[in-house]
Amino acid sequence: MTKPLLLRGGRVIDPGRGVDVVGDVLVMDGLIEATGLGIGTPDGAEVLDCSGCIVSPGFVDVHAHLREPGREDVETIASGARAAAAGGFTAVCAMPNTDPVTDNQAAVGFIVRQGLAAAAARVYPIGAISVGQKGVALAEVGEMVGAGAVAVSDDGKPVVSAQLMRNALEYARTFGIPVVDHCEEPTLAAGGAMNEGLVSARLGLKGIPSEAEEIMVIRDILLARRTGGHVHLAHMSTKGSVELIRWGKERGIRVTAEVCPHHLSLTEDAVEGYNTNAKMNPPLRTAEDVAALQEALRDGTIDVVATDHAPHHYDEKEREFADAPNGIVGLETALGVNVTTLVDPGILTWAQLIDRMSVAPARLFHLRGGSLAKGTPGDVTVFDPQRMWRVDPARFVSKGRNTPYAGFELKGRAMCTIVGGRIVHRIAS
Amino acid sequence: MKRMAGEIVELNGGTDRLMLVGIQRRGVQLADRLAQLIGEREGDAPPRGALDITLYRDDLQTVGPRPVVGKTELPRDIDGAQVIIVDDVLYTGRTVRAALDELADFGRPARIALAVLVDRGGRELPIHADIVGKRVDLPKDQRVDVLVHSLDGKDAVILVTP
Amino acid sequence: MTSALGKDLLGLEPLSAEQIRLILDTAEPFKEISERAIKKVPALRGSTIVNLFFEPSTRTRVSFEFAEKRLSADTVNVAASGSSVSKGETLVDTARNLEAMRIDMVVMRHGASGAAQFLAERIESNVINAGDGTHEHPTQGLLDLLTLRDHFKKLEGLRVCICGDVLHSRVARSNIWGLQKMGAEVAVCGPRSLLPYGIEEFGVQVFDRIEAAIEWAQALNVLRLQLERMTAGYIPSLREYNRVFGVTADRVARASKELLILHPGPMNRGVEIDSNVADGPHSVILNQVTNGVAIRMAVLYLLAGGRPELAEAAKG
Repeated sequence: MTKPLLLRGGRVIDPGRGVDVVGDVLVMDGLIEATGLGIGTPDGAEVLDCSGCIVSPGFVDVHAHLREPGREDVETIASGARAAAAGGFTAVCAMPNTDPVTDNQAAVGFIVRQGLAAAAARVYPIGAISVGQKGVALAEVGEMVGAGAVAVSDDGKPVVSAQLMRNALEYARTFGIPVVDHCEEPTLAAGGAMNEGLVSARLGLKGIPSEAEEIMVIRDILLARRTGGHVHLAHMSTKGSVELIRWGKERGIRVTAEVCPHHLSLTEDAVEGYNTNAKMNPPLRTAEDVAALQEALRDGTIDVVATDHAPHHYDEKEREFADAPNGIVGLETALGVNVTTLVDPGILTWAQLIDRMSVAPARLFHLRGGSLAKGTPGDVTVFDPQRMWRVDPARFVSKGRNTPYAGFELKGRAMCTIVGGRIVHRIAS
Repeated sequence: MKRMAGEIVELNGGTDRLMLVGIQRRGVQLADRLAQLIGEREGDAPPRGALDITLYRDDLQTVGPRPVVGKTELPRDIDGAQVIIVDDVLYTGRTVRAALDELADFGRPARIALAVLVDRGGRELPIHADIVGKRVDLPKDQRVDVLVHSLDGKDAVILVTP
Repeated sequence: MTSALGKDLLGLEPLSAEQIRLILDTAEPFKEISERAIKKVPALRGSTIVNLFFEPSTRTRVSFEFAEKRLSADTVNVAASGSSVSKGETLVDTARNLEAMRIDMVVMRHGASGAAQFLAERIESNVINAGDGTHEHPTQGLLDLLTLRDHFKKLEGLRVCICGDVLHSRVARSNIWGLQKMGAEVAVCGPRSLLPYGIEEFGVQVFDRIEAAIEWAQALNVLRLQLERMTAGYIPSLREYNRVFGVTADRVARASKELLILHPGPMNRGVEIDSNVADGPHSVILNQVTNGVAIRMAVLYLLAGGRPELAEAAKG
């Protein structure tokens, strides 16, 4: 049993209950006991001075690649869970494009056990939609959910067959889980290394047009309408996608969406000089797309921020641009990027940011958390909203160093992350 | 210059197979003038050529950004010709050595002689001028510049002290 | 220690008009050397140059080899395997090995855009891009400029149309940057499926029909159409391409003025260009080849800025 933990004097923001007050949070027996003013200090409690910090329900990342099993050289569930904690996340969902693919209950169980052993952020497995992520046969969704899977996805790859997507949406309805799709029309996107536009034309790189994403977005929305299932669109990147999601939501279709911090802050210009640390899928797009995504996050068209944390080995990224793998790490920079790009300029309020990073992700994926109400899990993020820090990949907790933000000065840092009443990350002030 | 023209003819024993080859850039102008003067004397101006020795310099590996390369043009086959190399100033002798190397790539003259307007001493190689306009002995830190009308607006020989 | 061009020649986009002019002017005396009986000058004597070609190429490699040998450099040809992903050494390791052998200059052709910059950032030797993916082929662009200048005497205001598969062409890109910097007016002509999305933003005019391009232009640079484009579905057939976009003799004859024809080679006779045009009086294709050696000599000469530290060491 952990001792009671009193988080004293921080600005407590709990958007789900409309709370925004300077006060205390008491965590006992792994659960939230009380929030507010005038909470006494129980005997033997550890007291944390949170003045100057914001105290919020723990952040939840619904999209990360923890690489285990198969690529333990670039990340393990343990190192990934610790990286998540360092970034202020109390929970992270692990995508199934591992090696072997996480498409059965034994594999899901493995992820759960590794996550518990890591004893850092909670790790929730996402199971594959299709066996081996081959896009042909449906995986045993029910069994995987029984073993602990919170969603299904073939992420890494799109679900090419509309028929399979339809089946998945209908079948997953039974278990009440979202089907997460990586929207990419393969023939349009084939061979592409960055956004199709002026920069790709100048650099002589094959481009991926926005339509490659948008065509699958509308397809998935229409299938969600037909089936009544819940489709969650991963890493949205274009203005067109935003417009289509708005259309879908207006009609009450069960479509939800996520956006990554890099698509909210960087454009295709980051690729200049053939920078492989700016190469990911979907690619960075134009300023117009960034503006549309920011606005969509603000008005709720896009529900959550997710990192799509994708570590790669240094050698793999140290290559000709077209050959380098897609993906960047993001667990440890997400908060800083979001504060610097969205809250500081006044695009999002604190309550909105915390909603998109904690309340909404927990709600959409039916996870306990996202709240500081009495009796909810003691998952809390304490962060300093004013803290300036410089991104130094060499000091990342994650094994991955592939970030486009190296050397950037960011504002906002997680000072203390608490999971189930236990401190799993802490920076001395 | 008139004297030099006369000496050239004397050295050659006439204008038979005589060819004046000026070293870029002012050597070329001087070669033109000498050829004209010889033409006035003998009635027959010898053919003239221009040689740019930049690519034959012995210091290309150590000098900084590349010097500009000028035009090299020889009027005809130099095999068996009596070539007079013409330059404005003879100093270390390295320019002339480069010119000799370059001429060797074009053919085999019967004879090569050297005519310079100013010989300022300070040789670093065993090179001598057969025909000299004026001899001066200058210390290392001084420089002599020859100006020609067509390039510099006037004819002059200037001593430059830093 | 850098030359007037910097350490490397990676493309024409980073160069200024002055630098391009310097290269063109420097190439002039080098043309003369190729006319001599002894086609050799000692300018780069003792330099070691590696021709690192990841894509097969006879004409460019041979052209560079002549340029290097005529400057008295020692050359080594390495025909390397494809991309890093396939078997064999990664580009990074290749770079390091070359550096360890103290190579002075590397001339590289590679199938990935950005590969030349990738190499240049990792080795001290001068790197000359002989073609990287679909990005740039600067020496080709330069020899095209020289050929045009030879004929028209100036480049400013010259109307040049690049015809063909601009989307996949590094020659087209280098030409666009080079011509624009020198003040020429540039247009492209080809099927829309083979023109980059947003090409108008590059400041070039777009002609959908070859007849209109011929009417407008003073010179055509005709690009090679690769057979793969047909199998990939960009165009229906080579036959249709020739009938609609081919630079044929009667189209050229119908032009109201004399039109100069360029082609980077190798040609697909009967596809993008007909033989009687390629071999005809308007064609300067062979001049391009001659100028190619001179341009490459000029580039090697200019990049090999000397090493004053050797002079210091010699002084002892």
